[in-house]
Amino acid sequence: MLELRNVQKTFNKGTINEKKALCGISLTLKEGDFVTVIGGNGAGKSTLLNAIAGVWPIDEGSISIGGISVAALPEHKRAPYIGRVFQDPMLGTAANMSLEENLALAYRRGQRRTLRWGVTREERELYRHELKKLGLGLEDRMSAKVGLLSGGQRQAVTLLMATLRRPKLLLLDEHTAALDPATSAKVLELTDAAVSDNGLTALMITHNMTDAIRHGNRLLMMNAGKIILDISGEEKKSLSKDYLIKKFAEASGVQEETDAVLLS
Amino acid sequence: MDILSYFSSLNPMNFISSLPGNAAQGLIWGIMALGVFITFRLLDFADLTVDGSFAAGGAVTVVMILAGVPAPLALLAAAAAGLAAGLATGLLHTILGIPGILSGILTQISLWSVNLLILDGANKAVNVDKYSLLVSLRNVYGSILTVFLLVAVLICLLYWYFGTEQGSAIRATGSNPGMSKAQGINIDKMKVLALCLSNGLVALSGGLMSQYQGFADIKMGQGSIVIGLAAVIIGEVLGEALIGKRMNFMLRLIFVTVGGVIYYLVIGLVMWLKMPTGLLKLLTAAIVAVFLAVPYLKSRAKNSFSMAGKRGAPKNA
Repeated sequence: MLELRNVQKTFNKGTINEKKALCGISLTLKEGDFVTVIGGNGAGKSTLLNAIAGVWPIDEGSISIGGISVAALPEHKRAPYIGRVFQDPMLGTAANMSLEENLALAYRRGQRRTLRWGVTREERELYRHELKKLGLGLEDRMSAKVGLLSGGQRQAVTLLMATLRRPKLLLLDEHTAALDPATSAKVLELTDAAVSDNGLTALMITHNMTDAIRHGNRLLMMNAGKIILDISGEEKKSLSKDYLIKKFAEASGVQEETDAVLLS
Repeated sequence: MDILSYFSSLNPMNFISSLPGNAAQGLIWGIMALGVFITFRLLDFADLTVDGSFAAGGAVTVVMILAGVPAPLALLAAAAAGLAAGLATGLLHTILGIPGILSGILTQISLWSVNLLILDGANKAVNVDKYSLLVSLRNVYGSILTVFLLVAVLICLLYWYFGTEQGSAIRATGSNPGMSKAQGINIDKMKVLALCLSNGLVALSGGLMSQYQGFADIKMGQGSIVIGLAAVIIGEVLGEALIGKRMNFMLRLIFVTVGGVIYYLVIGLVMWLKMPTGLLKLLTAAIVAVFLAVPYLKSRAKNSFSMAGKRGAPKNA
């Protein structure tokens, strides 16, 4: 479903701030893979997702989604294939538009924006049905401005927007990091449901080792712009947090205790 | 002049008789304010092109009417000229990466030269006795009716457009550009579209104004961005006071044009009070500054460091 070949990206090339962010990443995701990505700050996790989403062009290599080569496409032209949820709950929704208008924008992802009416009656029923499934009571607030919702509610709405039109690939960039533990658990539960119900292929970045082990069928660890660990299937199920922390320490050369503090 | 003779020199009838004329001009500026509303509020883009596109609308209208083109067609041509001006600003911003405010200023300055070329001089008159005009200060009530109907049609069109998929995409671009891109919206295209539409309306307003006053002048657009902003803000404050939470998009558009009318009635009052007209622009800028500052200061009053310090301070210490 997703294929990256030797993807490279260097920021601020030729300056004193030069930073090799992705050093020849090659990665293949099968249809239905739910991959969690862990790694320290600056490891290249978000850069990897941004490269796939097309936030900027990559320097080298190729990216294809469902057999379609996307490396030459700008962000909005890749959007039809990709659903995204960001770390900051404010980033995924338009605050001064209503809930149903936001959903309608997402429902038209990948289609021409014509002069037809922006939200139709049939769609409203669909949105009401989908919002009900979130279990947050949002189906009764469809004409409320999204800016009035809480961070957790907005993140749940963004998740719904990302999956309303079944994307070939779902990209989750630490989408629960800004939420409190209870809300975070709820959003993760919704994520699992969305991925399994729609049979989505997903990449999820997280800083939480336990979440990384518990969710998905494959786990990647990144360091210094490279994938240093790739575990899937039965082996992933039996992973322990301690093992991951040890692996991380080996790779980054930082003392274990510091990492245990950083990553627990 | 002592204070008594000043007041006795003010004739209330003069003020009342000036009301219809000011209302007509206010309605014409209301169309311009609708244009400013699109960029300033919906797109979140402070577009300074309008000073130039307002005058361009006036210049194109007068020159075309003098060349024998019927007034309605001349007005359409004016709108097209404004659209081109908006396109120029949009392309400077999106293709060449020039910051929004600067893009507007560059187009505005260029339009000064373009307008001089169109007018073949600094101004040009069009006589209502010789040409058939849509509006004129010689027929104030007829003008009010004409502009009122035009405003009503324009508001309905804008209401429809910003409810469509494309209009929603423009509003989304103004509200959250990052999210818009992630939802597959070409935000550069939406910015250019909104700038074209906005400046088209502004030039249409300029075209009406030139007919109303019977001439087009190279300086007629000067400061119009501030007048447009004043109308938008006055309309919003009034709408908030009268309608509050039940405000919807149609009412917002209506209040923007009402803001234009109120602005001109206030100007009429100031002139009637015989205040020096040279101070009008200062007054307008002050009104805009105050109304833009009020929401900020209000929120700060509720949520300020000094208040927090006072609340937390030990009593009688």
